Amino acid sequence: MFIEIKKLSKSYNGYFAVDNINFNMERDKTIGLLGPNGCGKTTTIGMMLGLVTPTSGAIVLENKNINTFKRDEILKRFNFASPYVELPKKLTVIQNLEIYGRLYGVDDLKTRINDIASDLDIKNFFNRKTGELSSGQKNRVSLAKSLINKPEILLLDEPTASLDPDIGDFVRNYIQEYKKKNKITILLASHNMSEVERLCDSVIMMKNGKIIDNGTCVELIKKHGRNNLEETFLKLARS
Amino acid sequence: MNFKKIYALGLRHLYLIMNSFPRVLDLIYWPTVQIFLWGFISKFFTLNSEYYNNTVGIILTAAILYDFLFRASISFNIMFLEEIWSRNFTNLFIAPIKISEIIAAITLTAILRTLIGLVPAVLITIPLFGVSILKLGIPLIFLLLALYLFGITLGLLVTSGLLRYGPSFENIAWATLFFLAPLGCIYYPIEILPDFLQIIAKLLPLVHIFEEMRNILMTGLVDYMNIIKSIFISIIYFSFGIMIFYISYFGAKKRGTLINMGE
Repeated sequence: MFIEIKKLSKSYNGYFAVDNINFNMERDKTIGLLGPNGCGKTTTIGMMLGLVTPTSGAIVLENKNINTFKRDEILKRFNFASPYVELPKKLTVIQNLEIYGRLYGVDDLKTRINDIASDLDIKNFFNRKTGELSSGQKNRVSLAKSLINKPEILLLDEPTASLDPDIGDFVRNYIQEYKKKNKITILLASHNMSEVERLCDSVIMMKNGKIIDNGTCVELIKKHGRNNLEETFLKLARS
Repeated sequence: MNFKKIYALGLRHLYLIMNSFPRVLDLIYWPTVQIFLWGFISKFFTLNSEYYNNTVGIILTAAILYDFLFRASISFNIMFLEEIWSRNFTNLFIAPIKISEIIAAITLTAILRTLIGLVPAVLITIPLFGVSILKLGIPLIFLLLALYLFGITLGLLVTSGLLRYGPSFENIAWATLFFLAPLGCIYYPIEILPDFLQIIAKLLPLVHIFEEMRNILMTGLVDYMNIIKSIFISIIYFSFGIMIFYISYFGAKKRGTLINMGE
């Protein structure tokens, strides 16, 4: 197995934000992480990124506990994008991409930036300060940063939150196309059920820090006797 | 240490300065105002007091060196705060850069910010007040080194507080140096302090730095023991600052505060 999450827990003063969760991620598959606000999705992502120390349990990558890797060795295989995390606002788009490209040690950075910028259609505002961009533009720049190092593992936290339907669709299409052309394993936390149905190979449902169900979208819909993933989510969230 | 990564993070702060002329102006403005103020105050004392006769150089040199310390510390804090203000904290801490490289990058870039602010002010004092800190000669390099190390240490302690308590600790960032200034004996000899405070003051490198500065300017002689003492104490504090920073970083990971650090 590529990534194994084993009995992972995180507690704050006795309150379990993540409570003994187990799941596996196959290489080059996309897993959806669903659940109501405060269910532990972001904490799980934080633990995978090394931003949060688990209270117990382990994250295993290719049969090796993630803690045994050197920080800079492991993190260059990962990347992350979220609308709640921004790039330096006073720097231009190209400056931000250059700096993150350098931090991730990207070879032939100019070409990489050009390629990714063409694909994400961000070249026309390369020299504008990131803080002056619309949320749709910022979102695409953030996605460009998250792919700058061609990560093996990409963690996306609500990548299309607060985007208009057109830009949201553009981003979803882009992720779908990127997956076809590149080897990448994605963990996608989202509240957009159609997005999850479209992009994810399987889904994990969380509530109160626990995994309450998992399977493919079709399996979950069928199992809970609902018409679509949204209805299934509502049933599980309200149960 | 990977110097390419240290350079990349330094470049982030360099771009920030280069992208904003008001930011450069702000860096120059405060040290210049400070130097002007102390220059005129010391000139007044020189003309109107027997005690302060010929001390314009000493007071102004002390003001410049203190400002160097202040700018070094504030530069370190500001560069760290910039990541919080811009909500870039998570991106930085998930990048494959070691914590030691982050500290090194901020430490090295802070000197640039400090010099941008201070060099114009220092140059102004030569024609305007006839005072040049270069009169301190070669020992000036060592005094600046000790001051810089101590300034960065204060920056490390404040940023450790930011990691521990979050952005609400920001106000402390501005207050740290004002708290230590009375004990630093910047403008007066250590004998002015009560005995028990003298003991505490001697544990700070500032006393040794400023005592030596006065010694060089008044006697023209250099007491290298004072300089060695000040650098040695600064290195101890610097090592302590790095240790506290690491403790705070691991504590923040445990408390989960790194993930949502923002304004």
